[in-house]
Amino acid sequence: MIVSEQDLVIEIRDLSLPRLHKWIRLGWVKPERREGAAFFQEVDIARVRMLNDLEQALDFDDETVPLVLSLLDQIHGLRRELRNLAHAVEEQPDAVRDRIRTAYARLSET
Amino acid sequence: MTKDPYAVLGVAKTATADEIKSAYRKLVKKLHPDLHPGDKKAADRFKEVASAYDIVGDADKRAKFDKGEIDEAGQERPQQRYYRDYADQGGARQYQSARGFSDFDQFSDLFGDFFAGGAGGQPRGQNVHYRLEIDFLTAATGGQQRITLPDGKQLGVTIPEGVTDGQTLRLKGLGQSGPANAPAGDALIEIHVRPHPLFERKGDDIVSELAIGLDEAILGGKVEAPTVSGRVMVAIPKGASSGQTLRLKGKGIKGKGAAAGDHLIRLKIVMPKMIDDELATFIQTWREKHAYDPRSL
Repeated sequence: MIVSEQDLVIEIRDLSLPRLHKWIRLGWVKPERREGAAFFQEVDIARVRMLNDLEQALDFDDETVPLVLSLLDQIHGLRRELRNLAHAVEEQPDAVRDRIRTAYARLSET
Repeated sequence: MTKDPYAVLGVAKTATADEIKSAYRKLVKKLHPDLHPGDKKAADRFKEVASAYDIVGDADKRAKFDKGEIDEAGQERPQQRYYRDYADQGGARQYQSARGFSDFDQFSDLFGDFFAGGAGGQPRGQNVHYRLEIDFLTAATGGQQRITLPDGKQLGVTIPEGVTDGQTLRLKGLGQSGPANAPAGDALIEIHVRPHPLFERKGDDIVSELAIGLDEAILGGKVEAPTVSGRVMVAIPKGASSGQTLRLKGKGIKGKGAAAGDHLIRLKIVMPKMIDDELATFIQTWREKHAYDPRSL
């Protein structure tokens, strides 16, 4: 599903075009651009909803939103890497996994 | 199961609008799935809170609910997908941050590019991801394309000849600027190629269909045909059939290989719109002497 700016403003309660434009300008949302128009994929739409909640439901101001956003993006980056790492460990033979587990337990104690 | 919206928000039935909003805000902070990426239950609990607030957070609906004109079930929200459901997947790459790893540079051979440090472990600015849609011919022959960055700035991108759909171009140093004197990150541009109405790409070869007339098929001749590098004259052999393929050597795409690909033209015989008497009579006479079975050739 790919939607335009106008569709998005209709779809999401309390969202206005100027606010959406501000988020794009600040790089908080990065829609695809085709011939000057912006197009939003599902991930962009979910991000717009989240930004809307941060500003409307939580009343976060222009200084707080980027801080929260930056922390969230870092968490997601870390979660992604951690998951990949866990999968990589999962794929190893039992002996290797046991050694990793032992080393991990030792590091966790200190 | 739905519950009393006042109870869900933890406010009295007599609470003021401000009290309700404040209670709601506290619960959003505590339960919003996007603020609690790893909490599986957060989405269910937040849905309840959001549905409750849909009613009592709205003066009209609250009045109707208090009078019993609507019930709490009327406000059931459809299951919403939150940003966190996409955030750690490939599609969200343009938003993911690698800054959380910039102090891990001693493991750079393990985590590779993900580190802000990258190979060598030097601190660098972040890589920035973009998507760029280009038309088929630009992908085939290369060219200049402008990309508008989220901040409104324009970036010139040189599209190399023969770029493929899904390929990522790396523009060194055009990502985010690095800390202090460190080098900037790269801009990574994922290319999407729009399909072309006439041409289809198969590796470095281009395939297209060329319509020819009955007379051209029988007598042969020179016909103009489009290729990715412009129009060329093509020799149609005498007695050409539909489906027959002509190969134009080197008229395909100059990809990574040393030699350019070919352009394959598939012929398609198109009959005249009207079969006039003259043609029909002629073919009738011709058939009497020269009938052939095309299914046994």
